[in-house]
This record gives sequence, C-alpha cells and structure tokens, in this order.
Amino acid sequence: MTIKAKTAIALIGAGMLALGTMGLASAADEERKSIAPPDGHPLDEIISGYEFRSPETQALQDDDFENPAYLWVEKGQELWDTPEGKANKSCSSCHEDAAETMKTAGAEFPKYNEKLKKPVNMEQQINMCRTEHMEAKAWKWESEELLAMTAFVRNQSRGVPMNVKTDGLMKPFFDKGKELYYTRVGQLDMACSNCHEDNYGNHIRSDMLSQGHTNGFPTFRLKWQKVGSTHRRFKGCMKNIRATPYKVGSDEFVNLELYIAYRGQGLPVEAPAVRN
Amino acid sequence: MTELTRRHLLGMGAGALVVSSISIPFSAFADASKAKEAVMAFTGGKTPKEGKVSIDMPEIAENGNTVPVGFSVDSPMTKDNYVKSVLVLADGNPSPGVATFHFSPASGGAEASSRMRLAKTQNIIAVAAMSDGSFYSAQSTVKVTIGGCGG
Amino acid sequence: MAKSKPRVKLPKKAGKGDVITIKTIISHKMESGQRKDKKGNKIPRRIINKFTCKLDGEQIFGCDLEPAISANPYFQFNAKVEKTGEFEFIWEDDNGDKYSKKQKIKVS
Repeated sequence: MTIKAKTAIALIGAGMLALGTMGLASAADEERKSIAPPDGHPLDEIISGYEFRSPETQALQDDDFENPAYLWVEKGQELWDTPEGKANKSCSSCHEDAAETMKTAGAEFPKYNEKLKKPVNMEQQINMCRTEHMEAKAWKWESEELLAMTAFVRNQSRGVPMNVKTDGLMKPFFDKGKELYYTRVGQLDMACSNCHEDNYGNHIRSDMLSQGHTNGFPTFRLKWQKVGSTHRRFKGCMKNIRATPYKVGSDEFVNLELYIAYRGQGLPVEAPAVRN
Repeated sequence: MTELTRRHLLGMGAGALVVSSISIPFSAFADASKAKEAVMAFTGGKTPKEGKVSIDMPEIAENGNTVPVGFSVDSPMTKDNYVKSVLVLADGNPSPGVATFHFSPASGGAEASSRMRLAKTQNIIAVAAMSDGSFYSAQSTVKVTIGGCGG
Repeated sequence: MAKSKPRVKLPKKAGKGDVITIKTIISHKMESGQRKDKKGNKIPRRIINKFTCKLDGEQIFGCDLEPAISANPYFQFNAKVEKTGEFEFIWEDDNGDKYSKKQKIKVS
C-alpha cells in the first residue's frame, strides 16, 4: 500500500501531525544552534535552515570550494566589474569595492524605496541600478546573471546578522507580509506557519522541516542542482500546498520576504547556502 | 520513482530510522542485471574479489540529485603495483554507469570523490582494476530520500 | 551557466614526494538526456564526458563521466609531486568544446 504525496501532505495539513512528535527529530534537537529572538517575536528560538540539514549537506556549505554556489559568486564578481548599458558603467563604477560597500546590504533587504514608496528586495535593487544608473536592461528573474549578482552581493555580508526595518514606513508592508504568512491557501489549505512555525524539526513525509528562513538565499539546492532565489522557493512552497503561486518579484512576495526576513532577524547571512 | 509506503512512513515516525545499512542482494533491483553486465564488461568476464576497495558515502542522501560519493583502494601505488582504474556503478539508475576513474602511480593514492545522481534507494558498486590484472570490488547501499518538499 | 567555468584548488607549494589533494569543479548542467521539456520532447544529452588532470604533460588522474554525475561536476583526488611543475586540467563537453585551466606548483 502506498501513500501518495497529496494524501500524505493532506493528512499533515489536516492536523494529523503525529509524525515528528513521536521522536524522529528529537535526537538532533539539542544540537541545533539557535539565537534568541527579539521581544515580541513569534518564535522561541531562531534556528538557521543549516541546522536542519544532514552532515553531508552541511559539509558542502562549510567549505567555499565544495559549495557549488561559489561558481555563481565568482560569476557575480566578474559582472560587478563589467561595464554595461548606455552609461557604460559597471556596479563598481559607483560602488567600488563590494567587500567594503556591500558589507551590510545583504542583511538589510527588503528595504524601503523612497521613489516607489514601497520596499524592494535585493534582486529589484540590482535591476534598478541597472536600468536607472547603467541604462542597461534589467536582468530576468532567475537568470544566471541576476542569481550570480545577488549571490555575490549577499555573500559580501556573510556573517552579518539579518537586520530588516519593520517599523515606520515599512510597517504596512510588514503587516501585509505577516498576514500572508498566516493565511491558509491552496487545496491543502495551509499557511506558511503550519509547516515553518508549528512543525519545524518534524518530518513532512521524508523531508525535515526548517523554520523557513531566508538568510541563506540565493541558495544552492541539491534538488535544483543550481542556485535559486527566495521567490523561486516561495513559489515551490505554494505549489506544494496546491495554491496558485504569486509571481516572482510581486508585491505579495516582497512583503512576505520582508516578514520572513524579520522572522530570521539576527541570524547571520549565510548566502549562498546549500540546502536539500 | 518509488513511493513511500505507509509502513515506511509509520516506521519513520516511530523513530525507527534503521533505514537499511543492510545490503540488499543484487537481484532486488530490476536493473541490477545491467550493472552485473557492466562489471563483466569492465573485468573481461572475471568475477572481482572482495576487499581492498572501500566506498565512502552517506547512508541516507537528502536528495538524489547530488549525492556525495568517494572511494579508496588499498594499494602501494608504485610502478609495479598500482590501481589502473575504478568503475563506479549505481545499480538502480535507469543506466547503471556513473563514472570510470583512471589512476597512475603518480596519483599518489587511489582515491577520489565526486557527486552523483541517484534515482532511488540502491546499491553503489565500485570495481578496481589492478595493474597485475586482478579485480576487487565493494558495494554499499544508499537510501535516497524521495518525496520531500518539492519547490 | 551559459559558459562553463572551472575552479581548481591545490596548494601552491609542496615538499618533494608529498601527496597533495586537488579539488576541481566546473559549472555545467550535465543534461542527462533522460529529461523532457514542457512539450514532452526529450532534451538531448549534453554532459562533460571526460576529465583529465596532467602534470607536466603526463596524465595522473582522469575520469570518464556518465550522465549520472551531478550538475557542476566535482572531483577530489590526489597527486604525488616530485618536482616543480604545472598542472593542467581539461574538461571535454559532448558538443566538442574543451575547457581547461592550468596551475603551477612549486616543489622544494
């Protein structure tokens, strides 16, 4: 007798999460490093996705040579210094040495954009630089170039604690993101929180659920065999619960990204991480 | 792709993560005969002896698309006594071939590692061709996690 | 990635007779030939099918790859170095392209 994916997830969605509570995950619980959340945070402890992965997957991330994502980081480095567009400028024309100028940027997005009067994420910021200052074409979402540049820039902030602004002008967008996080959607009628707040450390079928943080993105997923963006991952989650995903780069996903970044507030940036 | 059985699921839930480090006989997989053929093609019909070869890989792979695999062969790696090549097979893949590694005395040690794709839980077989014409092999079972979160 | 780019890692210096560890990785999709596109047509196979490591022109390690090797093929292996020399790493693509990288090692 077999249980198909749909059924298994549906059972879990229906609250029959007897699985992980029966001890499968418990062995590793004590070993997971965590940080204390800020006041009023929904989690008791904030744990990076790294801690939920197997020793083999962790080993791939531990060494910058073993980590295949560094192929993208290297490519990003090249692009950083490559002039493009009508203005014949490169990223370094304005931002010079990324190791200095991008030291914290990778921990601060999504960030409020005065002109658009809404938050933008790293990919959007990069493309705005291209269209406005370089007078070059925006890169397509999930293109090798945009992935490489995002990986490169965020990598400059590796080790810097996630630090997104959630108050002031950001507040309404933060609230929208939070609402999305807790809203059940799709045929399986599940919210982000059902997996990543209520059941992290438990198995969903054969997969170990994490808290769903973004500090490792863009991330090399073993499954993808390549680097992918935060929004690609969001889409995947939504497909899994049989919901119609929002579009990459949509306001909904940026708001959600902002809220999820806050859920991981204080976690060191790991980008580009390796996940399963 | 195999589906996760209910028994499996319950077994996992109960914490019974004893997932087979037990080796499964060749015949348990439909494609195992193809692997056997590949071994025979490599050895010229000789049945490899057991020993000398060890395979280093996880018992459980988090995802079948990128599974680390390493091996080492016990050999002095001198001009007169070295490992010429090592054939690596995955007997449950649509096609069992993974790679053939070539060494020389200047390799220093007959060991290497790489990453491979596995369609399902299966056996990994490594066969070493020694410079004296003998063959040695080892086998290891790896459980491949299927049916996790897609995305 | 559009164009395959290799990375290699090995020590710059070693002692005579030392066995050193070499790591290599190259960006490549390793299209297996088993997959289908959205219309159901088979995507043709395109992999790196051969990797060679030479030291001063002499092959010291090599590999014939099958589609079961993961995307962005990675290898770790050893080499015994007796004198100062130059390593050459060569990857061969199904489409006939060759990618290579050289790196010197100082042996004392």
